[in-house]
Amino acid sequence: MNDVIKIIKNKNLSFEQKVIELARYAENSIAPIELSNETKEMIDKGIICDLFEGNAPYRPRYIIVDFNKFMKKGSTFLELSPPKTLLEAVNNLLIFYKHIPSITTMPVYIGNIDYILEPFIKGDEDYEVIKLFLNHIDKTITDSFCHANIGPKYTKAGELILKASKELQNPTPNITLKYDENITPIEFAKLAIETSLITAKPSFANDKIFRADFNGDYAIASCYNGLKIGGGSHTLVRSRLFRLAKESKNIDDFLNNQLVKLVNNMTDYMDKRIKFIVEESGFFESNFLVKEEFIKIDNFTAMFGIVGLAEAVNYLLKLEGKKDRFGHSKIANELGYKIIETIDNLVKKHKGIYCNFSNNKYLLHAQVGIDSDTDCTPGCRIPIGEEPEIFEHIIQSAPFHKFFPSGIGDVFRFDKTTRNNLESILDIIKGGFKQGLRYISFYEDNADVVRITGYLVKRSEIEKLDNNQVVLRDTTVLGKGARDNMKVLERKLRK
Amino acid sequence: MDNKVLINKIIPFSSVDGPGNRTAIFLQGCNFNCKYCHNPETINICNNCGECVKFCKFNALKLKNNKINYNQNNCVNCDECIKHCKYNSSPKVIEYTVSTLVNEILKYKNFIRGITFSGGECSINHLFITQFAKEIKQYNLDVYVDTNGYIDFTSLNDFVNIVDKFMLDVKAFDRNIHKKLTGKTNETVLKNLKFLIKNNKIYEIRTVLIKEIDYFDTINYVVPLIKDTNIRYKLIKYRKYGVRKKYKNLSAISDDEIKKIIQLFPKYFNFITV
Repeated sequence: MNDVIKIIKNKNLSFEQKVIELARYAENSIAPIELSNETKEMIDKGIICDLFEGNAPYRPRYIIVDFNKFMKKGSTFLELSPPKTLLEAVNNLLIFYKHIPSITTMPVYIGNIDYILEPFIKGDEDYEVIKLFLNHIDKTITDSFCHANIGPKYTKAGELILKASKELQNPTPNITLKYDENITPIEFAKLAIETSLITAKPSFANDKIFRADFNGDYAIASCYNGLKIGGGSHTLVRSRLFRLAKESKNIDDFLNNQLVKLVNNMTDYMDKRIKFIVEESGFFESNFLVKEEFIKIDNFTAMFGIVGLAEAVNYLLKLEGKKDRFGHSKIANELGYKIIETIDNLVKKHKGIYCNFSNNKYLLHAQVGIDSDTDCTPGCRIPIGEEPEIFEHIIQSAPFHKFFPSGIGDVFRFDKTTRNNLESILDIIKGGFKQGLRYISFYEDNADVVRITGYLVKRSEIEKLDNNQVVLRDTTVLGKGARDNMKVLERKLRK
Repeated sequence: MDNKVLINKIIPFSSVDGPGNRTAIFLQGCNFNCKYCHNPETINICNNCGECVKFCKFNALKLKNNKINYNQNNCVNCDECIKHCKYNSSPKVIEYTVSTLVNEILKYKNFIRGITFSGGECSINHLFITQFAKEIKQYNLDVYVDTNGYIDFTSLNDFVNIVDKFMLDVKAFDRNIHKKLTGKTNETVLKNLKFLIKNNKIYEIRTVLIKEIDYFDTINYVVPLIKDTNIRYKLIKYRKYGVRKKYKNLSAISDDEIKKIIQLFPKYFNFITV
């Protein structure tokens, strides 16, 4: 109870943040999911980590609502009819957003907002409404894991969304442009790049690859998680591969024993969490999103995450007396590839539950890390401070992307001179996508809004935290930790 | 015959050497000796004097049979060799044939829309560039040439035809100022300027602005020539970075003066400050 009073008296938390913390505390005061001793040990050692999902999950971690259905049907539970005007559309959405749960309590996906608003857009005169809509989202969904999608086609709505984002410079919503060079016009892509240099969004998703992996429509949610529309992910559990490497005698032991043990325990843990959500929590029986078929259990999957590949590779090679570094040597890169390939094979062999959409297989996710990760670089990324030139960087990273349908990506920081040549960045994106890259993000040096790992923060808001002031967005707290522990603001500058 | 060329540096991705993302290739050797040159180590071809070898702490340079032997793998680019070169050159130059250069470029092919040759003065090697351009165009890449325009292009049909666009320096309109600044006079530069404009071969014209010379004279000459074209005219603010000590007395113009120019010719310039 000591912790409860600490939360209540904390002067650095907003009221909303306190309520969420108290709810987490309550959830974690029970432990209805029984774990094996081996799994428990791996959790205690930090090899397996459920990213604060809580002991008794009472909603899926990520929910991907079918917004087309909502726009067409309205909602009985929310007593909303289908919108006929832009104001009605925007108002309906803003109401709806506040009733979509997630791990953060706030929606992690708010729709392909350009396509769903386009039928109501008349022209430039609608700019003000779009701007108010986006600003409302930023000030009420106070967590930048909230993600909007646009594209791949040009729409007037998409153009207004980008222009308003450029003007507002808010961290929320995170935005992804689904990009296909044969569908997305150059001018629209250039506007997106310019917006991204100014305010760190949108990121670019390789529409072709995602469409192939998801057999059609997909959503990008939270940091960069590819998921099926009308579904989501029950859970995301991840492994810190570096800590697993530390348990290993040598490379062989890691590949043949430790990874097998990891996948067995982690998938078992995931099975149990999913079983609780679906069979015990009552979510899929009572929630209006399910009842009105905005989501269907058949469209759900679950995410098997990894972090710290770079450190694992470097550590394992050191065990064998080699000084090769991940991102810089053929041997190290090949070992990294071998590790991911092995994990992929093992995870595919496991038959999960309630994940019909992915044939009951759990999808790999290159997790971006959390603020307390001091020994693990996100996913398969090259550690900050060791990044090679951008060309070598992309070539090194691209082969990993095919393994991670539910999310992987790189972040690049560009010098301000690049703004004079937006097409140079577009050429890099196009080249990266041809090379197999799934997702790419960038921002300009000196921008206030920056991408931390997958989510966005305002540097000016981190400074407020530095001065012990209460801030609006909970992700700023994570961003401060990541700045302090993971050097995320010191990415290599690309000219 | 496979032409050869000495390359000082290759920048795989450049956003400042023409449209889109490009590979910039800096050839060794120049026929000017500009006072404000910010990479004077590209001016001369190494004379193998061996002076630099003793300053290399990383075992990247050796003198073998009176020739410099450069080991790229050991080099950490500390540039101590260049700092101590008394001959405005660099020992870190690598010889490429057309085919080895084509193979190098193919690594970047997916990411770039073209190649820009720069220098030094790359047009000295126009035969190499012509042959290279013929090869590389099979891969849908274009070729730009960044030049001082000192060699007469009007008689180099193959070269001018195969190069997609030129980026031409017009360093000064006044013949004497040009000579003082670069060591050479500018008749051919101005002839090439008109010739390339006529043939729609110019992407960009550049003039470096230094306080000590009358740049208005030059701007006033260039602007009427490009009035009805889509040629960019880039005015570059002089910077001291990289300039040889003995020429450090040159100075940049003030922001107020730049504003004045923008007001006079608002639509022609793409100003940058490097």
